[in-house]
Amino acid sequence: MADNKNTAIAQVDLTQVKPYGDALNDGKVEMAFTLPVPYGEEAEECAKQYVKKLGFQEPNVTYYHELTPGFTFFVVYGSAQQTIDYTAINVPKVEGTVMDRVECGEWIGEHIGRDIVVVGASIESDAHTVGIDAIIQMKGFHGHFGLERFKHVVPYNMGSQVPCEELIAKAKEVNADAILVSQTVTQKDIHIIQLTKMEELLEAEGLRDKIILTCGGPRISHELAQELGYDAGFGPGKYAEHVMSFIMQEVEKRGWQNKPNIADR
Amino acid sequence: MKSKLNLDFKVVDSARQHAANIAHDMQDFIDRHTTVSTERTILRLLGVDGVDEVDNPLPNVVVDQIKEAGALPTGAAYWMGNAIVQTGKTPQEIAEEVGAGKLEITKLPTCPQEEAAKALEPFIQATFDRIDAQKAKRAEYLQRIGEGPEPYLYVIVATGNIYEDVIQAQAAARQGADIIAVIRTTAQSLLDYVPYGPTTEGFGGTYATQENFRIMRKALDEVGEEVGRYIRLCNYSSGMCMPEIAAMGALERLDVMLNDAIYGILFRDINMQRTLVDQFMSRVIIGYCGIIFNSGEDNYLTTDDAIESAHTVTASQFINEQFAVLANIPENQMGLGHAFEMDPSTEDGFLLELSQAIMAREIFPNARLKYMPPTKFMTGNIFRGHLQDALFNLVAIWSGQSLQLLGMLTEAIHTPHMQDRYLSIENAKYIFNNCKHIGDEVEFKEGGIVQSRAHEVLDKANALLAEVEKDGLFKTIEQGKFGGVKRPFDGGHGLEGVCVKGENYFNPFIARFMDHE
Repeated sequence: MADNKNTAIAQVDLTQVKPYGDALNDGKVEMAFTLPVPYGEEAEECAKQYVKKLGFQEPNVTYYHELTPGFTFFVVYGSAQQTIDYTAINVPKVEGTVMDRVECGEWIGEHIGRDIVVVGASIESDAHTVGIDAIIQMKGFHGHFGLERFKHVVPYNMGSQVPCEELIAKAKEVNADAILVSQTVTQKDIHIIQLTKMEELLEAEGLRDKIILTCGGPRISHELAQELGYDAGFGPGKYAEHVMSFIMQEVEKRGWQNKPNIADR
Repeated sequence: MKSKLNLDFKVVDSARQHAANIAHDMQDFIDRHTTVSTERTILRLLGVDGVDEVDNPLPNVVVDQIKEAGALPTGAAYWMGNAIVQTGKTPQEIAEEVGAGKLEITKLPTCPQEEAAKALEPFIQATFDRIDAQKAKRAEYLQRIGEGPEPYLYVIVATGNIYEDVIQAQAAARQGADIIAVIRTTAQSLLDYVPYGPTTEGFGGTYATQENFRIMRKALDEVGEEVGRYIRLCNYSSGMCMPEIAAMGALERLDVMLNDAIYGILFRDINMQRTLVDQFMSRVIIGYCGIIFNSGEDNYLTTDDAIESAHTVTASQFINEQFAVLANIPENQMGLGHAFEMDPSTEDGFLLELSQAIMAREIFPNARLKYMPPTKFMTGNIFRGHLQDALFNLVAIWSGQSLQLLGMLTEAIHTPHMQDRYLSIENAKYIFNNCKHIGDEVEFKEGGIVQSRAHEVLDKANALLAEVEKDGLFKTIEQGKFGGVKRPFDGGHGLEGVCVKGENYFNPFIARFMDHE
């Protein structure tokens, strides 16, 4: 109970959680935003009322500053009132065990008995290679080696601005087990449009159940990926080993050990 | 001035000589070739602008017609000059007739080359009058209202809508920005034409069009008067239309343009022959017009490791410098690039960044070095990101960078919000002021981490350049020695737009643009 006066430190009630500043249930939230209003005391009051309307009590404008005539920036603190039942939360996660690079290589050798082929690209208008490079390039990212360094994995990195059609053609050419699609730019939901196009084209080619389709990027979650019809999605903090752990276990689950050719699947 | 890093300038001279030989070697190739984009640039500089009924830019329509007739080796200048002689019309009128399907420019009777060249003279003169007026205007602004101190505070706007960009850009100038770059919409670099007119739709940026340049130039001149500081405008002379955009920048008084001899090859998979020929035409324009070019070495470090591959940045800076020398670009317009991209978890990483930045300054003392912020290791933790940007700013003021592309705490999340720019400008101003003379005050331990690192990187850059000189630049790129990216000689976008010059080819602009101090 939050208000248990018999214990020095209140116990958290996971059915009703709210933000923590320095005491349980103080609800403290820090916010920074801009309002399109002229700088002045009215602006400060406007920010205060706005934060109140968002449901915060005791709004406190700790700083405000004119960005340009007609625009004011605010730092505001408030006490949140709403609570969430943590115990009722269900987040879809990529299934299976996550193994490290060496374990992945050994596991594939043991359970699949052939090399796993993957093709990756940053598709359509997206010119960013940082995501696909982090997963595929030998040097990987942040101390996590990329798929080029994995045993029993044959990766193809097509780079950026690759049309969906080309990516699919390459996947067919090399009999890919999986396609990795990277999307970095998300302005005006361009990534949703492009990821959807990719999924639909694969479907139209009759390949959707013959190739494992995954996507990744800084603003991509597994949940979003599933909504878009992908088998898995990989967001921030996910590296090559997460991607390959999923793909190899999926290959086994689908019984593709002896089906390196797409035509046989 | 004494080297703080105790650099061996014999090694610097050796590296520079290798780079000069590499560039000269390439120049022989460049001089033998032209491209569709170079020819379209010539038409633009002769006054051709606008689009046909289906929105094809007229420079494309005319060059495509010449190319299809197999007449590109003679060059667009000849055909346009000849058409003026034969029809008595202006280049714009002639292009409109070609666009309307009323004229086949290569089917007219032909005159001698000298006559065609002479017919172009008044149009060339009109263009130079316009460019010279823009140069004079910039000089007048700098003299009358002045400019901010270096490092210039350089921020980007990227809303996709040029009118929204104007609001963001003027706000940034009022907050203290000295340079505004309008980021291009993703994928424009691979378009083999320059879109036309004002645009309000784009992803991750706004189309580079001549009209958009004009709108932003006007907005920055206005806000410059208001804040009492000339505000420089930056855009991208890169991709498939590298020289055309340089020409547009010259006509609309851009001050800074991204322009790299090899960036497009590596990072946009544009054919290497195409890029090298295009960069020469773009650079002679940039040199004449007082535009600072920014080379793209920072990008190597987004695909390659910033610690292991630091020497490729230094080597590329030498190469970009020597290509610029061949295009007669003054040193103070050489915005050689580098970046603060080491993994922040590296022990003493700050010292390595500092060493690299001071070394760049000592090797290129008069260049307008462009320093790029952390992007690769920005995580979405905006609080830590703001600190990474602070260390980046500290290195910049310490090492005397010229153009500081400000890091945004929200890098890796979204294109900057108005408040992000304010926070990053405040960050930079605080550190630049608070540490203003740190570079003059601090010396480095002899043989310590900072000095040793610089010696190591310089030696490796020199060795790499020696190798490139031996193998040639084309082969080096094929082998993936820059940015860890391999590109084939005959691969990539735009090769079909490269052609060997014919005997009677002429480009009336190269010599004119090269003719300056």
